[in-house]
Amino acid sequence: MYKVVIGLEVHCELDTVSKNFSAAPNKFSEYPNENVATVDLGLPGILPVANKEACRKALLTALALHCKAPDEVIFDRKNYFYPDLPKGYQITQNTKPMGINGYLDIMVNGKMKRVDIHDLHLEEDTASLEHFPKYSLIDYNRSGVPLIEIVTEPCMESADEAVQFLEDLRDVFLFLGVSEAKSNYGQMRCDVNISLMEENATKLGTKVEMKNINAFNNVRAAIEYEIKRQSEVLSSGGKVVQETRRIAEDGKTYSMREKVDALDYKYFIEPNIPSTPLTEEYIEKLRSSLPELKLDRYLKYIEKYNMSDYDAGVLSKERPISDYFEEVLSYGSDVELSVNFVTTTVLGTLNKLEISLEDFFITPKMLSEVITLVRDGKISLDHARKILYQAIDEKVDPNELIKKQNLHQINDEGELLKLITEIMDDNLEIVRQYVEDGNRSAVNFFIGQTMKRSNRQANPNKSMEIIKEELERRKNNAK
Amino acid sequence: MYRQDTIMELREQLDKKETTKEELFEKANKLAHTFQEEYNSFVTIIDKPKFKDRDSLLSGIPYALKDNFSTSGILTTASSNILKDYVPVYDSTVYKKLKNAGAVLVGKTVLDELAMGGTGTTGHTGIVRNPWDKSRMIGGSSAGSAASVALGIVPYAIGSDTGDSVRKPAAFGGLVGFKPTYGRISRYGLFAFASSLDHVAYFTRNVKDSAIITDVLKGYDPQDMVTLKDDGKKYLDSIDNDIQGKKLFYIKEICDREYYKDSNDKELLEVLDKFHELLDKCRSLGFEVEEVSVDKKLLEAVYPTYMCISCAEATSNNANLTGIQFGPRGEGVTTQEIMFDARTKGFSELIKRRFILGSYILQKENQEKLFLNACRVRRLIVDKITELFKEYDGLILPASGGIAPKFDASSEKLSDRYLLLENHLAIGNFGGFPSITLPYGMVNDMPIGVNITGRVKDDELVLNMANKIESVTGFKNIIAKVGDIDV
Repeated sequence: MYKVVIGLEVHCELDTVSKNFSAAPNKFSEYPNENVATVDLGLPGILPVANKEACRKALLTALALHCKAPDEVIFDRKNYFYPDLPKGYQITQNTKPMGINGYLDIMVNGKMKRVDIHDLHLEEDTASLEHFPKYSLIDYNRSGVPLIEIVTEPCMESADEAVQFLEDLRDVFLFLGVSEAKSNYGQMRCDVNISLMEENATKLGTKVEMKNINAFNNVRAAIEYEIKRQSEVLSSGGKVVQETRRIAEDGKTYSMREKVDALDYKYFIEPNIPSTPLTEEYIEKLRSSLPELKLDRYLKYIEKYNMSDYDAGVLSKERPISDYFEEVLSYGSDVELSVNFVTTTVLGTLNKLEISLEDFFITPKMLSEVITLVRDGKISLDHARKILYQAIDEKVDPNELIKKQNLHQINDEGELLKLITEIMDDNLEIVRQYVEDGNRSAVNFFIGQTMKRSNRQANPNKSMEIIKEELERRKNNAK
Repeated sequence: MYRQDTIMELREQLDKKETTKEELFEKANKLAHTFQEEYNSFVTIIDKPKFKDRDSLLSGIPYALKDNFSTSGILTTASSNILKDYVPVYDSTVYKKLKNAGAVLVGKTVLDELAMGGTGTTGHTGIVRNPWDKSRMIGGSSAGSAASVALGIVPYAIGSDTGDSVRKPAAFGGLVGFKPTYGRISRYGLFAFASSLDHVAYFTRNVKDSAIITDVLKGYDPQDMVTLKDDGKKYLDSIDNDIQGKKLFYIKEICDREYYKDSNDKELLEVLDKFHELLDKCRSLGFEVEEVSVDKKLLEAVYPTYMCISCAEATSNNANLTGIQFGPRGEGVTTQEIMFDARTKGFSELIKRRFILGSYILQKENQEKLFLNACRVRRLIVDKITELFKEYDGLILPASGGIAPKFDASSEKLSDRYLLLENHLAIGNFGGFPSITLPYGMVNDMPIGVNITGRVKDDELVLNMANKIESVTGFKNIIAKVGDIDV
C-alpha cells in the first residue's frame, strides 16, 4: 500500500456580462467567433481594460475560501507561444493573486476534511482549438473569458476526497453566484496532480499531471486508474516518470509528454493595467456580503433546528431552496412545519412541474402565513396542502383563497354550539335514538352534518366534544 | 507659401476662404509624391482622402501619421515585413480623434522597424533621409513623420516616443517635438513597443501648433486604463502666460563644457556654447536658471535601464506577431514551426537581437538582476528628478550632443557623450514627464534642438515655457531648404 497525494488546479469561468479585458459579451454561443472584440484577437495596438465585476467575483470567492486578500489588484503577463493565445501572453496573476493561504472544509463519507488552498488568481481563458486531420480551426469566443484558477496544496488522499472537494467547490461557486460552473460546457475543469509515496516516507513521490478534465466522474476514474498504475510500477520496483497524461474514453490514462524542465513563462507585471489599491474597508464590506455556504447551513440545520441528516441535506443542497427555506423561517414560522412544507409541497411541486424557484408562485411570505394558520390550528395541515396546490394552479395568494372560501376554522364554541343545536333540532329522531336507544353512531352522524353545514370549517375536535356534551345534556334532560 | 505655413495660418486661409481643404490636400499630396523617392517619408501616400467639415482648428488641414497607428482599412505596417500587408480593422483613438476633428490624412509615415531604433534606417521600405542634408539621418524612430514636416509636406505629423523617438528627430530636423504626460493621450491603437514607456507625440514647426494638437488629442479614454482624467483645459489659451520667476535647471554632469574640453568634437562644443547662450537669453526673459548636480552613475544608468525595460516589454508586446491571427503564414508542420518560420522571416536581425535581449532579461534566472533592477533604477532616477521638480518648474538640456549623424558615421555607444548627452531624453519616458524639443540654433548648417521637461501633468506650463523660449531662439517655423519647390 502506498500513500496517495493529490493536488488540484481548478479553473472556473466567471459569470460576467463582458470578458475579462474587453467589452465582448461573455456568453455561450453556438456560432464560432461571434463574441469577439479586437482585444480578444490580440491585434496590434489593443489594450486590456480590466473587468471590475470579474475582480469583485474573484475576490469574493477568495474570501469565501478563507484566503488572504492582496493589498492591491495587479496583473502579470505569462509569456508563451501557442495558437490559442493570440497576444502571445496570458494576462494572469502571479505576483499578487486575489487570495492566498485559504482552505475549504468538506465532508467526506461523514468525516470533516480541510483542503488547503495555495492561491486563487484571476486570469483570462484562451481561444479554443478544433483539430481536423489536415488543419485546425480557432474559435475566439472563449478568448478573454474571465477565469479563476484555484490551486490546492497537495493534501488530498483519495479519489473520494478529490471529487468531494470539486463538488463542494462547485457549490461554493453556485452559492456565491459567481459562476454557473457547468462542467459540460467546460466552465469548470481541472488539472489533477497525483503522486504515490511509501506509507512512512517524508518526501513526496514523482508527480504525474493530468490536464483539463471536465467531468467529475472522469476525475475519479483518472485518479483511480493512476493509483493502480503507479502502485504497479512502484511495487514491481520501477520508477514513476514525471509526465503529463491525459484520460481517454476508456477510463485509462495515456502519456502525452514527459516534463523535462518547467517552462519559464517570464512573468512580469502587466504595464497597461494600473494598480488598484484594496482598502481594508472594501475587503470587510465584501466579506460581510458573503452568504453562508452549504456546509455551514447543513451544520446549522442539524445543530440549531434539530433536523434529520436527510432534511438538512435536502435543504442546504441548493442555495435558492435554502434561501427560500430560511426566508420562510425569518417570518417566525414554525421550524418543523416549515421543513415539512418546503421538503414536500414546495420541492414536490418544483419536481412535478419541472420548474425552478424563480418560476414558483408561492413566496416565502405567503407560505409562512399559511404555516402560521396551521400552527394556530386555524386550518388543518391537510387543507393547507390542498389550498397551496390550488394557489399554485391558479396563481393566486393562498391566503386570499382561504379568505375567499371562508376556510377559516370555526373555533368559537358558542358559534359551534349554535350550529350543532340547529342540526340536532332538525334531526330529533337521531337525537332520540341516542337518548333512548344509546345509538352511539349518532355522534358520527352529527359530526358529518356539522362539517357539511359549516363548509368543513368547523373545528372537528371541538365539534366532537360539543356534540357529545350536547347529546349527554339532552339525555340527562330526558330523564 | 504652403510649405512654411503653420496650422494657425492655414486655419486663417481656410476660414477666409482663400483656400479650400481640397486645395490644401492636393498641395500636400503633390509634395508627398515629389519628395518620396529622395527622402522616403511615407509607407503609404493617400490619394483619395475623405473630407469632413468639423468645428476644430485642425479641420481641413493635412497631416501625416506614423505607420504604427491602427487605421481601419488603411495599410499599417510598423515598417516591418511581418506586417507588410496588414490592414487593420479598427481605428486607434488618436486617428479617430483626428478624423472627428476633420483633419486630413496625407499618408502613413516610415519608422524604424516596430518603432525600435533611432536612425530611421531600418524600415522595411528603406531609409529616411534628412531634408536638411540627404547624407544624414533624420533620426528615429518617427523618421518619416519628422521628414514630412521638415520638408513642408504637412504642418504637423503624429509620431510615438518610447525613448526619444520624436524629441530626438525633432532636434535633427529643426522641428518642435512634444511628448505630453504619460496618460494624457490614449495609446489605444498605437502598436505597442514598450507599454510603460510608450507615448503619443508629434512634430510641428512651432510650439503653439503643438498646443493645438494636444488640445484635440488629450483626454481620458475608457480603452486605455492609464489615461488621465480630463483636466478641462485648453492649453492654447494659456500659451502666452507670463513666465516671470519660473525656475529652470540643467544638469551639470550632462552639459558642463568642462567635461568635454579635451574633446575634438567641435560640433559638440558648439552645441554646448549655443546652449549656454540660450540659457542667458532665458534669464533675460525672466526665467531663473540654475545648475544642478546629479550623481553621474545614475545618469549613466539611463541608457542600460532603458534598454533592459524596453527590450523586455517589447519581446512580450510583439509576441502576437506569429502569422497565425494575421500576417504572412510561416511554413512548417507543427504550429511551433509555423510561428518560428514566420518570425524568422518577418523580423530584421536588429529586431531579433532586441527580442533575444528582452527574453534573456526576463528569464527566471536573470530577471531579478536585470529586469527588476532596471525597474528599481528607473524608480531612483524618476524620484531624483521629481524631487528636483519640487523646486524647479523645468529641466532644460540640449536634446543631443551634436547634429544629425551621417549615414556612415560610427557610433561610440559607451562614450560619455553617448551615455549622457544622447540618452537623457529617456528620463522623460521613465517618469512620464511632459517633454518638448525645439530648434535653437544651427551648427554646420544643420539644426540643433533644446529640450524642456516638466512635472507630470504640467503639460500646460511646459508648452507655456517653451513658447516663451521659442520667441528668443530665432528658429521658429523653419523648414529645410530643398530646392525651390513650392506649390
